This record gives sequence, C-alpha cells and structure tokens, in this order.
Amino acid sequence: MYNATDLRKGLKILWEGQPYEITEFQFVKPGKGMAMYKCRIRHMLQGNTIEKTFREVDSFGKPDLESKELTFSYANGDQFVFSDPETFEEFLVDGEVLGRNKLLLADNMHVDILFYNGKAVEVTLPIFVEKTIIETEPGFKGNTATNTYKPAKVEGGYEIQVPLFINQGDNVRIDTRSGEYADRVAKK
Amino acid sequence: MNPALALRSRLLHATRSFFHERGFLEVETPVRLGTPALETHIDAEPSGDHWLRTSPELHMKRLLADGAEKIFQLGPCFRRGERGDRHHPEYTMLEWYRAHADYTDILADTKALIAHLAGAASDLTYQGRRIALFPRWERIAVRDAFLQWAGWDPVAAWDEERFNLDLVEKVEPALPRDVPVVLTDYPAPAAALARRKPGRPEVAERWELYIGGLELANAYSELTDAAEQRARFEEAARQRRALGKDVYPLDEAFLSALPRMPPSGGIALGFDRLVMLFADAPTLDGVIAFRE
Repeated sequence: MYNATDLRKGLKILWEGQPYEITEFQFVKPGKGMAMYKCRIRHMLQGNTIEKTFREVDSFGKPDLESKELTFSYANGDQFVFSDPETFEEFLVDGEVLGRNKLLLADNMHVDILFYNGKAVEVTLPIFVEKTIIETEPGFKGNTATNTYKPAKVEGGYEIQVPLFINQGDNVRIDTRSGEYADRVAKK
Repeated sequence: MNPALALRSRLLHATRSFFHERGFLEVETPVRLGTPALETHIDAEPSGDHWLRTSPELHMKRLLADGAEKIFQLGPCFRRGERGDRHHPEYTMLEWYRAHADYTDILADTKALIAHLAGAASDLTYQGRRIALFPRWERIAVRDAFLQWAGWDPVAAWDEERFNLDLVEKVEPALPRDVPVVLTDYPAPAAALARRKPGRPEVAERWELYIGGLELANAYSELTDAAEQRARFEEAARQRRALGKDVYPLDEAFLSALPRMPPSGGIALGFDRLVMLFADAPTLDGVIAFRE
C-alpha cells in the first residue's frame, strides 16, 4: 500500500485496479485547505496519460511488477521471443508492446522487460544500438554539417533522419530513448 | 551565492521600513509553543514536549488584547509535511495586525506595501507574463468565482472536499494573471479565524491575494467572539481526530485574552513567495539560502 504522501515522480501505483506511472507530480495546498497532489499519470498498459488530483486520504496499491533481464532470441510473426540467459526460459512479447523497438532489436541483444501480472508491458533496450545504413541518398564528401538531415533506412527497416555526410554502408548509433540518430561509428 | 538572496535582503529591509514608517511596532513572539493553533489541515512540527509555531497569529492577537494597536512580525514558521514547488517545511511569514480595523483596511495596507516594494515599477514580469501591479486589483467573491468556473455555489451548499479540489483544479487556474486578484468572502465553514460578515453570516470576512498565480496572503477581519472561537477550535479538533491527525490542546491563554481584543484586521503573507514574485523564480527553493 502507498499513501498519498508517498507519491513522487516515477512511482508506479495501482489505482482503481489499474497500473499507472506518475509522470508529473506537484504538491498543492490552498490557504487553510487540505494537502493535495496534482499528478499526471500514465496508464502502463494503454499508454494514455490523464491529470488527476489526489487527496491526503487517498491510498494506492502496489502493482505486481517484476523486471527481468532477458536476451532477444527470434521473432515469430508479430510475436517476439526473449529468453532468460541462465534458465533458458522463454517469454513472448506482442509487437505492439515493443512499438518502434521491434525494428531496433538484434540477435542476443540484452533488454529489460517489465512484467505486470506476468504480462510484458514495457521493453527497455540498451540506450544506444548500432545499425548499418542500407538506403540513403549519396552523401556529400566533406560535408560534416550536423544540422541538416536527410532520410535513411537501416537494416531491419527502421527509418531515421541522418546528417548529409552519412553514406549507405555506414554504421550509426541510434538513441533508443528518442529513436533518433546519435552519431556515426568510426569505420574499423 | 544565489543572486535572489540579495534581492531577498533588500525586500526584508524595505518591508521593515514600510511598517516602521507607518508606526507599526515590530514584535517577536515565541517560536516554540505549548500548543499550536488548531486548524484542521495544518500540522505542527514537534519540538521536544512543545511544538514549533505554524504561525505567530495567536500570540500577536494576545498583544492586541493587551493594548497594541499596530504590530508586525517577520520570522520563521514551520509546517510538517509541506514540501513542493511553493512549500518548504520551514519558511518565513510576514504577519501584521491593526486594532479597530477590518479586512478592507488590511487590503489597503497590502496594496501600499506592494507599491513600496515595487519602487518605481508599476508592473513586473513573472514566468513570462506581464502583471500590471497598479492601479486595479480585481476583487472576486468566492461565490462568483465558483459559479463562473466550477459551476456551483459553495456558500449555498458547503462541501469541503469538492471546494478544495475545484479550487486547485478549476478556480485558481482560471483567475486572471495580468492583475493582482483578491478572492474574497469565503463560505462561513471556510472562515478559519475570520469573523462572519455583519448582516451576511453565511460568508466570512476573509480574502486571499493571488499575484501571477501565486497565492501570497490570507487576511481576516479577526474573530473576537471567544465562544465562537472555542467552538471552531473544537470543530477543528473533531475533524483532526476523524482524519487520524494529532489533536492539539486548546490554547486557553489565547481564548481567555480574546474577549479583550478590539475588532481588528490581520494578515499572514508568505514572504518567500513574495520574493519568488519579485525574483521571477519558479520555485520557493530558488529564493532560500538552504533547503531541506
């Protein structure tokens, strides 16, 4: 059980039977009035965010959450199979839980998967993943400007915007938090 | 060092000058109390077998009962559990009281104080918004504000929880931000230590000042009826018990002095928030030297 005084940004709570993460939190207390907690909360399964003001007397459950470190094995249609590197136990994750991350996965990639009531709800990839550019307009040699971008496609089909100097065959790093180009990997 | 501290020092000095020039006595009353003021939603920090004051109000009123006419105090107050962008458990309160006066006299003082602190400026920018400090301060009755923005009348049908939720979710966000706003005449059950309006007992002579969305001050025509004051303390004690909060003993020294207190006006102004306004600081943490 959590009390209203435990609320803080990032806390995961069970409210009206549903799991939410607190994404914004503000303590408010009008003159002579009761303490209240103005929050934005994100539904952990549906992803939608709502505003909610909680009162001092409100209490919340602890959602049944478990985080596992797993490695990516293979995809079967829109089902993605991850396995525990020690027990070899396999876990299925729906493509919609992965979102754009499904295009950024690579064999044996280590990921963190959050399970709610035994069901995967969130897959966190390493912050940076390395991918080869398979399609883009030819680069301009010597143009190292980093503020002008062009479209590119990487292995696996993910599309990003990259600086003009990037060429087909280059390896780039993608920031999985934003899904955007981070930098070019030096050729070996 | 945080540059807001230099501004804070100037504002402290200017505030003291303002009151001294107008014949107010600066007073210092106890910080460590045998019993704190009994209010439903204000929790005191224990200090050994005493409590730290949540406000200097009751002792300042005892000075009025002893014949003081115009008094002010600037000093620390403590409220347990209050921590946020606009709250810090230890903060600085400015309170002043005038005997033979009411909440309209206090409003005139407040306007004059803001003018004194603003110096030559007639407006300021807070968090990207221009605020015209003078000449117009918009007075809005609590009833009208709730009818307009929350769709119900808390004076006709009191509901404390709904009142508080709608105040922070609907009314406060809708208040004008380009001029100072005085939200006035609270429903009698939200009177706290204010007297009921003569001829209109369903509302209390209490106002709150908002500038740029910051709630700065709470003022009353002070309640001087000791029997009603005792009944309100007992009601607050009952509510605290129901909420599972500490129930503080009644302040009998205050209650026995109250019949000698003349009709008076008084105010509590959050000094840190006033500094936030003039420093254009988004949080109270930005205007104090050390934070918890």
